[in-house]
Amino acid sequence: MTTTLDIVLWVVVPYVCLAIFITGHAWRYRYDKFGWTTRSSQLYESKLLRWGSPLFHFGILAVFAGHVMGLGIPKSWTDAVGLSESVYHAMAVSVGLLAGLATVVGMSLLIYRRRTNGAVFGATTRMDKTMYLVLGVVIFFGLWNTIGSGVLNLYDHYDYREGVSVWFRGIFTFQLHPELMAEAPFPFQAHGMAAMLLFALWPFTRLVHVFSAPLFYLWRPYVVYRAKSERFGARAPRRGWEKSEKTRR
Amino acid sequence: MRVMAQMSMVMNLDKCIGCHTCSVTCKQAWTNRTGTEYVWFNNVETRPGQGYPRTYEDQEKWEGGWTLTKRGRLRLKAGGRIKNLATIFSSPKLPSIEDYYEPWTYDYETLTNAPLQEHSPVARPMSLITGKDMNITWSANWDDDLGGSELLAADPILAKVSDKVKLAYEQTFMFYLPRICEHCLNPSCAASCPSGAIYKRAEDGIVLVDQDKCRGWRKCVTGCPYKKIYFNHKTGKAEKCTFCFPRIEVGLPTVCAETCVGRLRYIGLVLYDADKVLEAATVTDPKDLLESQRGVFLDPFDPTVMREAERAGIPRDWVDAAQRSPIWALISTFKVALPLHPEYRTMPMVWYIPPLSPVVDVVQETGEDAEEAGNLFAAIDTLRIPVEYLAELFTAGDTEPVTGVLKKLAAMRSYMRDINMGRPGDPSIPAAVGMTTGEMDAMFRLLAIAKYDERYVIPPAHAEQAHNLEELATECSLDYDGGPGMGGSGPFGEGSGAGTPLAVENFRVLKDRQTSDTTAGAGTGPATRVNMLNWDGRGTPPGLFPGRDGPPAEPRTESAPDGQDTP
Repeated sequence: MTTTLDIVLWVVVPYVCLAIFITGHAWRYRYDKFGWTTRSSQLYESKLLRWGSPLFHFGILAVFAGHVMGLGIPKSWTDAVGLSESVYHAMAVSVGLLAGLATVVGMSLLIYRRRTNGAVFGATTRMDKTMYLVLGVVIFFGLWNTIGSGVLNLYDHYDYREGVSVWFRGIFTFQLHPELMAEAPFPFQAHGMAAMLLFALWPFTRLVHVFSAPLFYLWRPYVVYRAKSERFGARAPRRGWEKSEKTRR
Repeated sequence: MRVMAQMSMVMNLDKCIGCHTCSVTCKQAWTNRTGTEYVWFNNVETRPGQGYPRTYEDQEKWEGGWTLTKRGRLRLKAGGRIKNLATIFSSPKLPSIEDYYEPWTYDYETLTNAPLQEHSPVARPMSLITGKDMNITWSANWDDDLGGSELLAADPILAKVSDKVKLAYEQTFMFYLPRICEHCLNPSCAASCPSGAIYKRAEDGIVLVDQDKCRGWRKCVTGCPYKKIYFNHKTGKAEKCTFCFPRIEVGLPTVCAETCVGRLRYIGLVLYDADKVLEAATVTDPKDLLESQRGVFLDPFDPTVMREAERAGIPRDWVDAAQRSPIWALISTFKVALPLHPEYRTMPMVWYIPPLSPVVDVVQETGEDAEEAGNLFAAIDTLRIPVEYLAELFTAGDTEPVTGVLKKLAAMRSYMRDINMGRPGDPSIPAAVGMTTGEMDAMFRLLAIAKYDERYVIPPAHAEQAHNLEELATECSLDYDGGPGMGGSGPFGEGSGAGTPLAVENFRVLKDRQTSDTTAGAGTGPATRVNMLNWDGRGTPPGLFPGRDGPPAEPRTESAPDGQDTP
């Protein structure tokens, strides 16, 4: 039995948040390329950053990969390749714990640094603080799910791969299952809802730098040349006097 | 052969008096903003000294520039592409603000609102980073004029010259080294940029940072061995010397060159073969880098080069300018200019004429004739220390080219004295340094007379391309995104959307003021905002205080037609 509240929480809110996520990024990219940056504070302080930042970033990258697996790949697929439930569980919990721990330690270091170093704190915007709060809540419930459900088994063998994952994939395939989230244990609900909120905030925070991950660097030539005519907003020169021998500029 | 043109600079260090006028005018023009308080696109260092940021030349510490791999290939000294990306979350070799200095202002308010008291109130220094009171301990030129000689021990170049000679050397001489971005042919900053935001302009070789593409990964700061890329800590973007490209494009010299009191800067074009750059930067012995870089430059008088230049789309007047270029003359004809730290393998394009004056001073102190060629030649040969120091700066430690240049300068000094004294010039003096009297006269003219249009041979960007330049609007001035008649300002209110080109705004405001019979800005719509820079002070037009949510209130008088009939 799905109530109106369930539909609002697990259908309407996700779509609204995702819509804000997508249009927000399009808007930000169109109108605020100059503000699209990591806003690094390494110039002010680097001793704590040296540990905190890689721990957090590599941790969260591993967490992201885990979510791609856990949310993106249906259980039937892993069953089909013969990955048993217990093996999958052990793998997910161990890697998840490790990644989660690295993320939390890294983030704690970074927040400590941000609060105690005057220069870094001075460069912290209100949006940064809001974002840290929401991100912290998301990470807290995420880690709690791994520990509480995966290790301590407090939620009666709740299998998110048959609940949360199906609901999440359904959002993108338009097969809506609000009832699955309504039945899920509270920490899973909280994790999902906080994540949706984070997605809605995302385009308006420094988190946009995630989408500038410069993987292209591995392939591009070292030195970039640019001619004026290629400049943004400029138009090709009009046809005028031409050389007898056609040459390319 | 792939001919490209490079706008470059030569500085004659003999003429630098260390007045910092270039630094100050550059700062006023480019970096007098928050976030760039510590940024000096142009700075002047006293040598010997630590430089700015401190000890930046110690590449074992900062890992800037390029290095050769065991297999003889060129690689970024800070690591290859994968290592570069892997260390993106915390750049391991980034100078901190302490390596530059903590910028500050003074609490001037105290001076005006302090109560009456026995002692004068004091404006205390306040950090521009934290906003708190601070002690000033360091700045961009703290060791100016060898102030605090205990700091000299940290000069990485001095460390290479042996310990024994240090003291003697410190008593011997000092000189000034003005530095801007080198606009290298093989820029390691651009190669380090993960986003590809740093680019070299194909027309004139000026290296720029695309502020819209920079994502603040700050790898370029590590990559540049000259530490001439700065991180704007407010915008989170990299900034660097622009070679004053808006001025260069219309044929004006850079601000630092224009305002140089000693007139020691030369600006001009060099043609070079882009296909040979990598090979030249990869020669095994660093001491060969000077010669290999000279080999990359192309003789603008060579008919083959001229033909290839035309094929590469370089306009004829640019080739003419390359022929008249003082840079080509100083680097390749007279061979008196040397690159700064060629061993970084970035192929720098701001070159220096090493200073002879310290040698002259020493000879003078001994009571000997300091303008006699024989005395000077002997001094250059025996004053091992200054020559070694200069060689570490300009030739990767090879003293021979430095000695050669100093002897040419000494010969010129001696030869010209005869002429100035009304005696016939002694042709044996130029001959001693392998020059003819004609060449010596020409070199003297370029180095000593150096009129404005001989120092600066800057062909303007080409007329057919003028409509691409920021400062010139040659096409319909309404023709830009969101321009007048296209809805005014952007969808998210005042200031959103693409910026209005400078020339358009000026044009419209001026026209409005010249043709209107009311006060300027009396119309409606966002285009009637009053530009405070050229507001004539008459009346209070509504555009002076636009409403928060929309166009200003209705004008009290009918405005002149705005924009609609503009051609």
